[in-house]
Amino acid sequence: MSRSLIDYLLSWFTRAATILAASIVLLVVGFLIQESLPALRQIGSARFFTDESWHPLSDRFNLVPMLTATLLTTFGAVMLAAPLGIGSAIFRRYYAPPRIGWWYRRLIELLAGIPSVVYGLWGLVVLVPLLSGLGGSGQGLLAAILLLGLMILPTIALSTDVALTSIPAELIQGAAALGLGRWSIAWKVAIPAARRGISAGVMLATARAIGETMAVLMVAGNVVEMPTSLSAPIRTLTANIALEMGYAGTTHRSVLFVSGLLLMIIVAIVVLLAQLVQREGQHE
Amino acid sequence: MFRILLICLAVSTSFLSGCGSGSQRDQKLTITGSSTIAPLMSEIAKRYEQAHPGVRIDVQTGGTGKGIADVRQEIADIGMASRALKDEEQDLTVHPLAADGVGMIVHQDNLIGQLTPQQITAIFQDKINNWSELGGPDLPITVVHKAEGRATLEVFLAQFEIENPTIKPDVIVGHNEQGIKTVAGSPGAIGYVSIGTAEADIQAGVPIKLLPLNDVAASTATVANGTFPMSRPLNLVTKGQPSPLAQDVIAFAQSEAVHDLIREQYFVPLVD
Repeated sequence: MSRSLIDYLLSWFTRAATILAASIVLLVVGFLIQESLPALRQIGSARFFTDESWHPLSDRFNLVPMLTATLLTTFGAVMLAAPLGIGSAIFRRYYAPPRIGWWYRRLIELLAGIPSVVYGLWGLVVLVPLLSGLGGSGQGLLAAILLLGLMILPTIALSTDVALTSIPAELIQGAAALGLGRWSIAWKVAIPAARRGISAGVMLATARAIGETMAVLMVAGNVVEMPTSLSAPIRTLTANIALEMGYAGTTHRSVLFVSGLLLMIIVAIVVLLAQLVQREGQHE
Repeated sequence: MFRILLICLAVSTSFLSGCGSGSQRDQKLTITGSSTIAPLMSEIAKRYEQAHPGVRIDVQTGGTGKGIADVRQEIADIGMASRALKDEEQDLTVHPLAADGVGMIVHQDNLIGQLTPQQITAIFQDKINNWSELGGPDLPITVVHKAEGRATLEVFLAQFEIENPTIKPDVIVGHNEQGIKTVAGSPGAIGYVSIGTAEADIQAGVPIKLLPLNDVAASTATVANGTFPMSRPLNLVTKGQPSPLAQDVIAFAQSEAVHDLIREQYFVPLVD
């Protein structure tokens, strides 16, 4: 086969793959919209933000507390996991002795592979009773943030590690030749150079935190109310779907698809924001 | 290729002829509905299939509501409903399968031995929020409630005649095991779960206890003899005249031959 023919075939194959991948996303979005339309028509989108509470069987459909809870837990978890993850990656690349660094990396990979239900069970049996010492049932916003933070930590640590590894060696060698210390090399040269890779990792972790369901469901308390303190129980949009979908009748089911659609919109906004941040980084 | 087809034909015809009662042309049965009943029904279906080669029983879940809708639309032959039928559902025929009790549970270390229905209502509506108000220790009460749509929730609301929006829960759980783990991990908690599941967990050493209701102990025995007030039927439902196969499967599911399976799933067989 001539090279041009291979190129030709490959270009068509990759085009087909692209179209397939894009259409899967569009199909999912289309399906979500189609399933939520009956509720949106019947109830109207305003009532999802103005109703007095979430009691779908009693015709009350306020999604705001769950939207707030989703954003708060995600924000808290990323604020917790980002410094820890980035810090641990810098430790591994620039401070740790090679053997410890190697084992440390295997350990983080192991942490990334633990199924979320196992995290949830551990949270329910170990973390929650610990937190209940602070008052309340222990199930609530703080438990969800701590558990989610732990779950997305390996994503940030590993992607930062990869980003730091892919920095051109000349950059680090040049910095070292100038007589910079490890601290300056890591913070003033390596981190800015790896910035795009790190922010992509944080974005991935944010999306995972938004979408996480089982573990949060097991430790968050799941009461639909505006959280007033760190120990207050909360319900995220994902947990809401998981809790009620199996038992929902027609309208109720359609309303749950509306909360799924809302979730999809949030993820889309996060992706767009991350794109903006990265583009700004390029202009600098 | 042809040979494989021939073998298939031969096998399927021998199954058909081996299947006794002659008139059975529909060898496939679809059952949908309650996720509470589905695990039990799957076991019953497996046992039925073993005794009747050639019959395929497809058990799907999706909740009581789906079971009823599917039977009405004739997508399913039999529906599973883990509650009594409502007034607007009387077009369907009910075939009782087993019973399931719903009991109040608290932590094992809780000194409270029993609660009146008025006290339970007050606790769940947050009018009482410390065990000391009931003669217990100075400990805040954690109200463990179920998510909307769950059959145990409906049984609980009906028993105490409470409107769901008036309840002020501290924790909302999905299935029974989650409720039991939550109460076991929190000394001040109170919740309600399927009695069979709770009994099995207590035997396994989980630190919870079942509270009696109206002076009747909460146990599978009192559910079985009908004296325990808070219980629900597990039903199979059909529309119109069920097929001979569906009738046979229902009769099998109601017979003593599956009582061991019902007990294994922590439900209570019906006594004639």
